[in-house]
Amino acid sequence: MTTSVSPLSRLGHNLRQTLGNILIPILAILTSLVVVAGVIALSGANPLEGFMGLWDGAFGDGDAVANTIIKTTPYIFAGLALTIAFRGGMFNIGVEGQFFVGSIIATLIGYALRLPPVIHLIVAILGGAIGGGLWGAIPGWLKARTGANEVITTIMTNYIILRIINWLISPNGGPMRNPARPLPQTPEVYPTAYLPWIDFSKINFPWVNLSWLASATGSLHWGSILALIMAVIVFVLLWRTILGFEIRTVGISPTAARYAGVNVERTMVTTMALSGAMAGIGGAVQVLALTHYFSTGFNVGYGFDSIAVAMLGGLHPAGVVLAAVLFGAMDAGATIMQMRTGVPIDIVTIIQGLVLMFVAADLIVRQIYRIRVKPADGTTPVSATVQTAGESG
Amino acid sequence: MAEQQLALRVEDVTKRFPGVLANNDINFDLEKGEIHALLGENGAGKTTLMNIIYGLYKPDDGKITINGEEVVLHDPNDAIRRGIGMVHQHFMLVPVMTVTENVMLGNEKTTTNFLHMLAPLDRKRIAREITQLADQHNLKVDPSAYVRDLPVGTQQRVEIIKALHRGAEILILDEPTAVLTPQEADELFDIMRSLTQKGKSIIFITHKLKEVLAIADRITVLRGGQVVGSAIPSETSEHELASMMVGRDVLLEVEKSEAMPGDVVLDVTDLIAEDDLGHQVVRGVSFEVRAGEILGVAGVQGNGQREMVEALTGLRRAVGGHITLLGENITRSQPRHITDIGSAHVPEDRHKHGLVLPFTVADNLVLNAYHVEPFSKQFFVNRAAIDANADRLVQEFDVRTPSIETPASSLSGGNQQKTIVARELSHATVKLLIVNQPTRGLDVGSIEFIHKRIVQARDNGVAVLLISAELDEIMGLADRIAVMYSGRIVATVPAEGADRNRLGLLMAGAEVSSEINTLM
Repeated sequence: MTTSVSPLSRLGHNLRQTLGNILIPILAILTSLVVVAGVIALSGANPLEGFMGLWDGAFGDGDAVANTIIKTTPYIFAGLALTIAFRGGMFNIGVEGQFFVGSIIATLIGYALRLPPVIHLIVAILGGAIGGGLWGAIPGWLKARTGANEVITTIMTNYIILRIINWLISPNGGPMRNPARPLPQTPEVYPTAYLPWIDFSKINFPWVNLSWLASATGSLHWGSILALIMAVIVFVLLWRTILGFEIRTVGISPTAARYAGVNVERTMVTTMALSGAMAGIGGAVQVLALTHYFSTGFNVGYGFDSIAVAMLGGLHPAGVVLAAVLFGAMDAGATIMQMRTGVPIDIVTIIQGLVLMFVAADLIVRQIYRIRVKPADGTTPVSATVQTAGESG
Repeated sequence: MAEQQLALRVEDVTKRFPGVLANNDINFDLEKGEIHALLGENGAGKTTLMNIIYGLYKPDDGKITINGEEVVLHDPNDAIRRGIGMVHQHFMLVPVMTVTENVMLGNEKTTTNFLHMLAPLDRKRIAREITQLADQHNLKVDPSAYVRDLPVGTQQRVEIIKALHRGAEILILDEPTAVLTPQEADELFDIMRSLTQKGKSIIFITHKLKEVLAIADRITVLRGGQVVGSAIPSETSEHELASMMVGRDVLLEVEKSEAMPGDVVLDVTDLIAEDDLGHQVVRGVSFEVRAGEILGVAGVQGNGQREMVEALTGLRRAVGGHITLLGENITRSQPRHITDIGSAHVPEDRHKHGLVLPFTVADNLVLNAYHVEPFSKQFFVNRAAIDANADRLVQEFDVRTPSIETPASSLSGGNQQKTIVARELSHATVKLLIVNQPTRGLDVGSIEFIHKRIVQARDNGVAVLLISAELDEIMGLADRIAVMYSGRIVATVPAEGADRNRLGLLMAGAEVSSEINTLM
């Protein structure tokens, strides 16, 4: 028995745990790449060339890196949204819809209101957050109040918001349509609501040389920085606040949470509202930084693909950022890969799907690489196996 | 003795799990017509040994002989074919099926062999066979009854019949009395005796010393995966057996001075509560608990104790009646409010309510105090204070854990329970302590420790409400004993001079008369 632990050994313990936690995702990615290499080879192309093309397209030069970062950003927001929800035990399939609500509200605020610069931007992002949050809170409230399964209700809210948005921007009399265009799209937001580009020529960190990114000036926006800040905020929220403690307790055991005095129903609603708000910010950022208007077919799929991002990231903000970079890089590099080697873009979707499968069904990975004890219990394999040995009765 | 007299012989059996030697060179034999008790704490290796005999595990070393023939058991079907039957602690019955259907399950007999899987089941034949077995072994049961309608004791008989029907000559009974009243246990013992008279052999797994002495022909004690001793009931004592089990001298009885009851802390009047299905299972319960006394509520599980405790702690809405804690009406209060007034609760189900298993020991030790200072300030939790609290409590309550960062799921049951007790007793303001089945499934050492802590709390002026299905625990700890049966308190008697037999009858619902009630 060790009752007092030195800070050093505690650090060592944490390091070991972290290593254990990232082992499975890394092996999942490697396994997926091996499988996909086989698929590419079967299709007659050279897998190595394909992966090289993917790499060059994602990280080959400053522009490629900037493109990757831009593609990564929505994955971070949506992945964080899912992290909050999953940690709170809410299987929020509605991030897709909440993301759209954020986009559409931010667009509305962007073109319908006239506000001074910066303030206009902040109000638009906050509007997106509130919109997404309210939209997410509905399934949360339904579950808390009636026990309705949030998987079903969030899928339904996704359909509902899609239809509402289609009507809003419909060229045939939709209240948010752009009268100047025959296409289903909104008017453009005022430049006062633009999320600005990062001007690298004006940034001079004494300790980092960013000149290699100078060519990317005009292609990286502050939304990516906001995403990183949000990752830190989500970490603090979940592991350093009272609310986070309650969210995680409810997520693992609602019965124990009730016993501990947590208002389980309120926490469910709060969790979904926060998750939806995070998705809403992500949606707002996409409009305000990139397109400046909303149209159908815009940014479809982040809410669903980010389920894989959140799982791959181990439902931890740092992991989510890394997983988002992986997905962003694949999105960014896919075009170059196809242009150079003829390997179709869809290969990327296969990789993403396989990664999700191997992470979700981690038993496969454990079997392939003969990993015995779960990393979470890795610190005490002895007692863990005693329990599995069946001496609990 | 002659080899052919032995029904079962286990020689030098060793079984390793990664990092654990679950069975170390175990020798064990079972004579025909014998009841051989296997005694040991959780983790001693009893279950592993039985799973080896039942074909669920393969031993790394050693050999097994059944009826003089050396065997290798590949799976339970092998074991069943060789006449081994197992009655698990948790019954393996399908509640919505009849006794007959349960008995034939997995061994279905059809009226014709034509289109075997689709042919009609031969219920009549099986029912006849059940009745025969029942008459032969004194196992009264109605073959056409639905299992869900049967009392626990009868369900156990169905399990035994099921094993016999498959031709079991050796019966393994795993903690069979855990769910029974003392009277039902006595009936089971009668059945066991009659079975052995008919030539069956029984391995009786338990941790209850009294029962071992009452029924066993021989006793083997396991500790740490090894056989540490064997005994014959007439030549040993509870105390000696307990010491063998634990490996040191143990205190079976809790030492406690006379209670000095103070003011009423908890006052319950006409409490009515429903279970999850809406059945009224607490039907007008009234009692009070005073500061500095332990009120023990005895009763067989499922007589409304769980719902009563949940109503008292705010986890369940009372349908009627009044609950007053320290003068405040808490009948409709939320759990947190009740905790804040000064109530602590060691819940019955430590996995469902008591702990968040994946959370660290440190977090579990503040599970219902994380929101108050010093563990948090404004919106933020204070990790340093939480860790300091954990370091202190782990030491004070002797929680054996590799570190306070270890997930609670990795601890043994005893240490999980100690974690909960530590948390609940460490509230500075605790005035009422509700403990529900505090030592279920724990080892003797942990039981001793937790009992001491409960008495200590009483001596510090805490009002203690103890609910337990173990009559010994109630009689050892309580100052007053209330017996709960079918949602009512059928009697309340002083613990001093309480009669074990009569309490047992009351628990079984007999003798509910005003004569008893006047004993209050």
